[in-house]
Amino acid sequence: MLLWRRLAALRAAPGPRRLSVAARPGPGPGPSSPGPSGDGDGALRPLYMDVQATTPLDPRVLDSMLPYLTAYYGNPHSRTHAYGWESEAAVEKARQQVADLIGADSREIIFTSGATESNNMAIKGVARFYKSRNKHIITTQTEHKCVLDSCRSLEAEGFRVTYLPVQKNGLIDLKELEAAFQPDTGLVSVMTVNNEIGVKQPIHDIGEICRARKVFFHTDAAQAIGKIPMDVNDMKIDLMSISGHKIYGPKGVGAVYVRRRPRVRLEPLQSGGGQERGLRSGTVPTPLAVGLGAACEVAQQEMEYDHKRISQLAERLVTKIMSEVPDVVMNGDKEHRYPGCINLSFAYVEGESLLMALKDVALSSGSACTSASLEPSYVLRAIGTDEDLAHSSIRFGIGRFTTEEEVDYTVQKCIQHVKRLREMSPLWEMVQDGIDLKSIKWTQH
Amino acid sequence: MAAASRAQVLRLYRALLRESQRFGGYNYRTYAIRRIRDAFRENKNITDSEKIEELVNKAKANLEIIHRQVTIGQLYSTQKLVIESPGNT
Repeated sequence: MLLWRRLAALRAAPGPRRLSVAARPGPGPGPSSPGPSGDGDGALRPLYMDVQATTPLDPRVLDSMLPYLTAYYGNPHSRTHAYGWESEAAVEKARQQVADLIGADSREIIFTSGATESNNMAIKGVARFYKSRNKHIITTQTEHKCVLDSCRSLEAEGFRVTYLPVQKNGLIDLKELEAAFQPDTGLVSVMTVNNEIGVKQPIHDIGEICRARKVFFHTDAAQAIGKIPMDVNDMKIDLMSISGHKIYGPKGVGAVYVRRRPRVRLEPLQSGGGQERGLRSGTVPTPLAVGLGAACEVAQQEMEYDHKRISQLAERLVTKIMSEVPDVVMNGDKEHRYPGCINLSFAYVEGESLLMALKDVALSSGSACTSASLEPSYVLRAIGTDEDLAHSSIRFGIGRFTTEEEVDYTVQKCIQHVKRLREMSPLWEMVQDGIDLKSIKWTQH
Repeated sequence: MAAASRAQVLRLYRALLRESQRFGGYNYRTYAIRRIRDAFRENKNITDSEKIEELVNKAKANLEIIHRQVTIGQLYSTQKLVIESPGNT
């Protein structure tokens, strides 16, 4: 009698169990994922230096989200019970956290599924609402694809769009912007920090110009929020797009700031039960909103510390590479930029080959949303980069969790492979012999 | 209040660092250790007891967060990064 009880007790108490990904099939690197070559250590993971594409969740953000993914699962729009009330309270707290980061009122923050939706809402929404009197929109050639595509679809609806060119340093010319205004301009959209080359547009000045002409100013601040100080009143911004997964928050959530004084009206894209002031119907995903709010609060606290560190690491990366390797060009203005986004072109080296060679480091050339196509980045084309230099560009991303060790490793591998690839390049050989490549007449065979 | 004694602060500091060492993920581990050190260093000359108590409470809350996140990391662990070798951080 006692024996079976003892056996049952033994079987039932296995002690703390370590469930590791390797122990069962499921989430984890797929068969095609690269590991370091020939070390024999098995699949060690590459370093992550692509923070412009996405960022890891900050542990503080995940911690704030988990209760709403487990115990507190109520719908924030349920008015009749505690599950709904506690969920709503969490969403409203998150809304305030987002508002505090940008100097806005919490009633001006609308939760969306991400910056792409926010951009679509802001641009199409404002254009369509005021279409009886304003049919012209001004934007730039270096905007994110979702802004450019929204403008393109508005052109099909009868709007006129001016795509402002940028100078060689990636910044717009304010005089050109002023000249582009027409009597029926209704909206100007310029992104704060570019995701490919990291340049920072003169948002203060653009805000002044737009306010003076009573034209709404929208900015895609996905890469800027939480990294540089943003104040919607200081900068005279009327609409702003925010992305969760660029600031160590969850993927699938974002927000749009819509000014209330003076009031900006929008035609909603998504119809339904009238949630989010009727501008964006649909159940607000409480855990995601809570995550976005927490990410904004953490970012506000850590902004100065992170910025200082990231600037130092960026300086280290660029200085080390440029001192060891000649013929490297930094794309975008050296001064008006966010330091954590560095785009370098390595002359006489093919970009894809360099990326493949650097397989122990997760990097990209051009933005994630355009990396499938073979065309060189339209942003690099807009700043006047030569075709061949555009193909040799790599974007290095430095973030809150990047270490000095990772930067040094990346720099070392980069220098090693650039040198190796150049040794193999006949073009490089010709350049070493003093031949001007542009003077060569390539003959047909 | 005895809540803000030097010994208690040091105990907290050591506990935070010890817990952070248990992070499985390289980036989280190095960030936590670095941030804790820098934050305590930055605040080492504060004398206002109210402010000290506020910071101590924040540290306690962060200790719990780190403990939970370390545990979650162990449940969903993955391979090490290429620059991690035995004996390194």
